Amino acid sequence: MSAHPIIRVQHVVKSFGKVTAVNDVSFDVRAAEIFAFLGPNGAGKTTTIKMLTTLLHPTSGALELDGLDPTKHQTEVRRRFGVVFQDPSLDSELTAWENMDIHGVLYHVPRQIRRERSETLLTMFELWDRRADLVKTFSGGMKRRLEIARGLLHTPKVLFLDEPTLGLDPQSRNQMWTLVRNLNKAEGVTVFLTTHYMDEADRVADRIAVIDHGRIVATGSSAELKQQTGTDSLEAAFLKLTGTTIRDESATAADQMRQVSRVWRR
Amino acid sequence: MSVIYVLWLREVKKYLRSRVQIVASLGSPLMYLGVLGFGLGPVFQRAGEGKYLQFMAPGVIGMTVLFTAMFSGIAMLWDRQFGFLKETLVAPVPRLLIMVGRTLGGATVAVLQGALIFAVTLIAGFRPASLLAVPLAFLVIALIAVIFSALATAIGSSIKEMQGFQMVMNFLVMPLFFLSGAIYPLEGLPKVLAAFTRVDPLTYGVDGVRGVLIGRAHFGVALDVAVLLAVGVLFVLFGAWRFSKLEA
Ligand SMILES: Nc1ncnc2c1ncn2[C@@H]1O[C@H](COP(=O)(O)OP(=O)(O)O)[C@@H](O)[C@H]1O
Ligand SMILES: [Mg+2]
Repeated sequence: MSAHPIIRVQHVVKSFGKVTAVNDVSFDVRAAEIFAFLGPNGAGKTTTIKMLTTLLHPTSGALELDGLDPTKHQTEVRRRFGVVFQDPSLDSELTAWENMDIHGVLYHVPRQIRRERSETLLTMFELWDRRADLVKTFSGGMKRRLEIARGLLHTPKVLFLDEPTLGLDPQSRNQMWTLVRNLNKAEGVTVFLTTHYMDEADRVADRIAVIDHGRIVATGSSAELKQQTGTDSLEAAFLKLTGTTIRDESATAADQMRQVSRVWRR
Repeated sequence: MSVIYVLWLREVKKYLRSRVQIVASLGSPLMYLGVLGFGLGPVFQRAGEGKYLQFMAPGVIGMTVLFTAMFSGIAMLWDRQFGFLKETLVAPVPRLLIMVGRTLGGATVAVLQGALIFAVTLIAGFRPASLLAVPLAFLVIALIAVIFSALATAIGSSIKEMQGFQMVMNFLVMPLFFLSGAIYPLEGLPKVLAAFTRVDPLTYGVDGVRGVLIGRAHFGVALDVAVLLAVGVLFVLFGAWRFSKLEA
């Protein structure tokens, strides 16, 4: 095991006006592990990812990714991670191949390597046959797979996946996790994922941090969490830790926009 | 350079692929051209101002460029939450390059749309003074396009809610158009209105295009171009600054 964690978060707070989205959170992620943030809507998962990916500055506390501070060394940190945001960030008017190619240019991947790796990844994610099709013709599962493939194009050290299976059918979810696990094994890429599905955290992650109302209430492997709480399922452990089952919190402005976008984009 | 190029190319490709949208966006310029052209033409002529179509064609081209460029900035609101923008915001490249690529792409699309309307006005009977004037006019049109693409980027980076979109349309884009002298001559306006037209950058854009194409400029083409260049630099800097402050 490597001595220094690839991600280190210490006493991080993020407030939006009166709302404290992340409230004194500390945790480490080890290199090459699959780490899950498990928590209900509004727990602060996305906010944490946005801070680690340089999109938001913490109100206080310290962040580190591969030994670098995302608030100070933005460009260096950005080279080191790939990210699949909760909301889609593909260009749906372009083809799968074009989406990959632009990403390669943005990350300064040399043309030859860009092509080879795009081909490898698209094949692995079962999208090679559809590479010349516009992304807007893709199913939800295909889009999500393409985003992951794209996020891996520049061989990042860390891959962030923010609720990657939200809205997918069980079959697509299974397929996706198998692919992610394989990649994690094959390339040793650290995976930081968030989910509010307990079964996923249980099955996929090496270690889990349970987050609720902006605070981490427990960290450990699924077995450790069950042991700590003296329960026999992660579900029961979660209930014991947070005092609630996973629930849908009040909708945010972004949730409402998401609703609209679903209606308009099928 | 390659970053600017791919982002520029992306905008242009998307434009060329969106045939339906291209046709749909011809709607309002055609309406102005048709309704105002036929409706006001006789009055205009009786007032001794010549053919109204000759006068208003440059205005309608200016309007098209304004609307197209501003719309690309509004699209940014959506893009921020559900689109490609975040992908570029976490890329390890300076924000400035991204802003320049996007803005040039948006401006190019606006110029292409302007060219389309120009062709339509030719079909409708508009006649430029000389063939040589056409490429010159497109230089002025390109300046207009850059100015409003940059402004649109600034606005797209600054407002968050979709409601802001309506505000911008009602309180910025429409006044920019109506105050620009696109559809009426700037001579002999009431003082207050004249003052307003002078702070509208589109006024100088339309005046410049008109000066080049039909030899009728209120301020003179040189002054028009000088103002456009100055405003262009200012707006690009402003847009780049707002874009650099953008948090997703
Ligand atoms: N930009 C923002 N402005 C104000 N409040 C925000 C913003 N982003 C997130 N929040 C609030 O912070 C809390 C945590 O949100 P988030 O990190 O998105 O949770 P999760 O991803 O776990 O569902 C929520 O209460 C949410 O409404
Ligand atoms: Mg979230």
